[in-house]
Amino acid sequence: MSMPVGPVPAASQGSAIAPRDTPADRPADAPDFPVPDDVLRVDGLHVRVGELELLSDVDLTVRRGERVGLIGESGSGKSLTALSIMGLLAESLVPSGSIAVTGQDGRHTQVVGAAERDLAALRGRDVTMIFQEPMTALNPTMRVGAQVAEVMRIHRTVPDRHTAAARAVELLDRVGLPDPAEAARAYPHQLSGGQRQRVVVAMALANDPALLICDEPTTALDVTVQALVLDLIVRGVEARNAGMLFITHDLAVVASVCERVLVMYGGRVVEAGDVQQVFTRPRHRYTRGLIGASDLDLTRDDGRLYTIQGSVPSAGRFPHGCVFRNRCIHATTECESLPRWEGTGPEDGFACWHPVRVQDSQGVDPS
Amino acid sequence: MTSPSWRGPSWRRGAGTSSGFSRLATGLLPAGAHRSRSAVSATIAVGGGIVGLIVAVGLLSLVWTPYDPGAIDPTSRLQISSGAHWLGTDKFGRDVLSLIMAGSRTTLVVGVVAVGVAAIVGVPLGILSAMVPKWWGEVIMRANDLLLAFPALLLAIMLTAVQGQGVVTAMIAIGIASIPSFARVVRSGAIGVMKTEYVLAARAAGRRPWAIALRHVLPNVMNLVIVQASVSFAIAVLAEAALSYLGLGAPPGTASWGRMLQEGQELLFVAPRLEVFPGVAIALAVLGFNLLGDGLRDRYDPRLRDGR
Amino acid sequence: MLLRLAERTVILLVSLAVSSLLVFGFMVLLPGDPARVALGVNATEADVATLRREYGLDRPLAAQFLDWVSGLLRFDLGKSYISKAEIAPQIADRLQVSLILVAVSMLVALLIAVPFGTFMAVHHQRPAGLVLSAISQIGVAVPAFLAGILLITVFAVQLGWLPAGGWTPPAYDPRLFLTQLLLPALSLGLVQGAVLTRYVRSAVLDVLREDFLRTARAKGLTPMRALARHGLRNAAVPVVTVLGLQLATLLVGAVVIERVFVIPGLGSLLLDAVGNRDLIVVQDVVMVLVVAVLVTNFVVDLLYLGIDPRLRTGTR
Repeated sequence: MSMPVGPVPAASQGSAIAPRDTPADRPADAPDFPVPDDVLRVDGLHVRVGELELLSDVDLTVRRGERVGLIGESGSGKSLTALSIMGLLAESLVPSGSIAVTGQDGRHTQVVGAAERDLAALRGRDVTMIFQEPMTALNPTMRVGAQVAEVMRIHRTVPDRHTAAARAVELLDRVGLPDPAEAARAYPHQLSGGQRQRVVVAMALANDPALLICDEPTTALDVTVQALVLDLIVRGVEARNAGMLFITHDLAVVASVCERVLVMYGGRVVEAGDVQQVFTRPRHRYTRGLIGASDLDLTRDDGRLYTIQGSVPSAGRFPHGCVFRNRCIHATTECESLPRWEGTGPEDGFACWHPVRVQDSQGVDPS
Repeated sequence: MTSPSWRGPSWRRGAGTSSGFSRLATGLLPAGAHRSRSAVSATIAVGGGIVGLIVAVGLLSLVWTPYDPGAIDPTSRLQISSGAHWLGTDKFGRDVLSLIMAGSRTTLVVGVVAVGVAAIVGVPLGILSAMVPKWWGEVIMRANDLLLAFPALLLAIMLTAVQGQGVVTAMIAIGIASIPSFARVVRSGAIGVMKTEYVLAARAAGRRPWAIALRHVLPNVMNLVIVQASVSFAIAVLAEAALSYLGLGAPPGTASWGRMLQEGQELLFVAPRLEVFPGVAIALAVLGFNLLGDGLRDRYDPRLRDGR
Repeated sequence: MLLRLAERTVILLVSLAVSSLLVFGFMVLLPGDPARVALGVNATEADVATLRREYGLDRPLAAQFLDWVSGLLRFDLGKSYISKAEIAPQIADRLQVSLILVAVSMLVALLIAVPFGTFMAVHHQRPAGLVLSAISQIGVAVPAFLAGILLITVFAVQLGWLPAGGWTPPAYDPRLFLTQLLLPALSLGLVQGAVLTRYVRSAVLDVLREDFLRTARAKGLTPMRALARHGLRNAAVPVVTVLGLQLATLLVGAVVIERVFVIPGLGSLLLDAVGNRDLIVVQDVVMVLVVAVLVTNFVVDLLYLGIDPRLRTGTR
């Protein structure tokens, strides 16, 4: 699906900006830097470990102030995409393609092939991330105030230690911790899971990032706390006009938080589009399956819940051609070749030989 | 609206909180996993090979050594390596190769008896502490830990002071000092076994505790016992060598690597090789048992594969 | 926090009491009469009886035990069966020597283990890490006294750079003190360092997999800085445990090393006493060593509380 995507301003060609090491195997048609409005532009991203391809041809953009969802079952490559953007892949994993990030001051950085030092300057400042597991995401031997202050000290966004400490308390207050001064002196184990995740949110927002990546930020939390933390994240992102990439398998959360959504399976983006459109009129058979399986009000003729048959294969065990075909009841021999991307661009389209026709989808409207 | 099917079987299930990142980083992908598995096999092969060699030499020395290891020959003292004496002779004219071969027997016997004593006491103690009420188990383990304050060598020196020097004293002392590690390892394994469904079922069915211990717990902690035996064997070899070096272990006339080191030390300036050969033998034996233990531990418990 | 402290203190006191009983029991209950052992098989019954009376060995065991323990509390360890000299001052002198040796050896071990162990963990799948791992495995297999003999062979015999043994008090001749200390401290330190390296490697490997280290990198720390600022303190908890256990090994290792290098430490005193069959001295020295081990364990427990705040409240 590496097709020309969107208009690339001619003026941008060859201008001197960030990409330091341009990987040789980057698609020739990938733009050297993102259009000004994009905080993130991923083009033809592949991630390999040895011979094994874990991510294939991922295209993805996030604009300033835009909230984009990334959904799919566990093992479909969502987290790997996020870690690629952060430049935090394990050494054995080799990315190729282009990941262009625009910082809050307009600086552009090409993540793929960048030096560790430049990536470190990017992380925690221009791009920040909230992880799934708040219980283990914080250093157990360090007071949480110090951990929040640290991210500002690393990037020198505050003049000195005292300002950092004061600002940390302020941030903890902002994320709704009761008695923030006391909380700043606490160790992580003295806080609840929800409180810890609030601390992580404070860390992620401390330097006013241009892009916030959330990897299942509320999955590990109690249901009652989920909505509160979610609201906190969204308000924080909105206040900073930052872009957000939201990874989850919870479709309801995506529907309430995001404007656009991408569906991943087998290390590929199989469908993308406006949230409303994708959820009400899915086109890819996998998306349809996801939505059907997520709706507990919906039952089959025999009274059982909809499920997707089989399970996600482990990395490297996906079939060639359409990655979903071994679990798809509509699969034919045609599906043994890779389906083309049908649509107007990487932000709207799907890759399926037997897309859902409009009349099929009437029954699975979750709205 | 998150339905159970979302969490359906997948490569992440059972990983708990572990993220994709750490799993990829820890080599759970086929390529990495394969490499460490072959490394584990190599460890076991090398360790087992060395141990096998020492056992073979020990057995061989029962029926054949180049010379009588005890035979003193004043006419051929302190000879260097030659066709007649491959590793030379010591200050009494004894053949060093024969002494080393016979010394492996002492090492093996001390190790086997010490590990045997430790296992015979330590394994039941560990199982017992896992099966009695929690509070009693704690008391047993506290007492057990206290014994750790008496290292093998110290205990052996104490025993020797009262009993006089001897291989038997050394073996028993080293064995007693090794009890705590057996008890601790077995207890941790047995506590896990006691929580399994089949033990709960056996208890519900009214099986007697000793029957459960023998039929269910013991077989399931056997792996741990074997690993610990290998590690303790290495410690026993070290302790015996040190004791004999101090003149508190094998009495004069008994072939022992530690004793050879002691007898050779006064000639360090003249014939350093007399220290090198038994030294290499000791290090090789310890290395062999350590490698075997490490390899077996990694094989039995793949979770630890990358870690230790 | 205070509760934890009190708990550890109680454990220490109970351990001390029980181990004194164990040491005493070992020496008394084993077959063999200390007076007979001290005087040898050729002594007359009258001589033995005199010695027994002189040292109160004819009294009930409970009285002997209480006498010994109350003496321990007053640092009065009684008199030698053989030389009739007070034991406490001798032990105090010798203990200084042994403690210097052990402390310097521990320092050597740490200086080896922390950098190499960390390096091996960070590069655990690369050739350099594997080679170091193999070397440490061999280091673990060499007993300290053998390392000592080999070091003497090379540095004293072959090269003649350092003395082969002996001991000079630091106040008397600091230079000589250091040159004489170097080889024994290296012998103990290298071997313990090899053992410790493996634990440091494993602890750092565990920490490298922690989520909070990924958080640290996501904050903008380079891998090495993330490890230094967030990893090492957390890796210290299991390493400190081993350090405590190793101190016991090191103390006993020093007994043998003192023999190799002719150092007048506690080990020499113990071995001489064993040779002279001076059981009261053996009993006292063993007790002092055991106390040292138990107190070390106590200090290690306190160190945990300092390192890991989760342990202070007991909730994890």
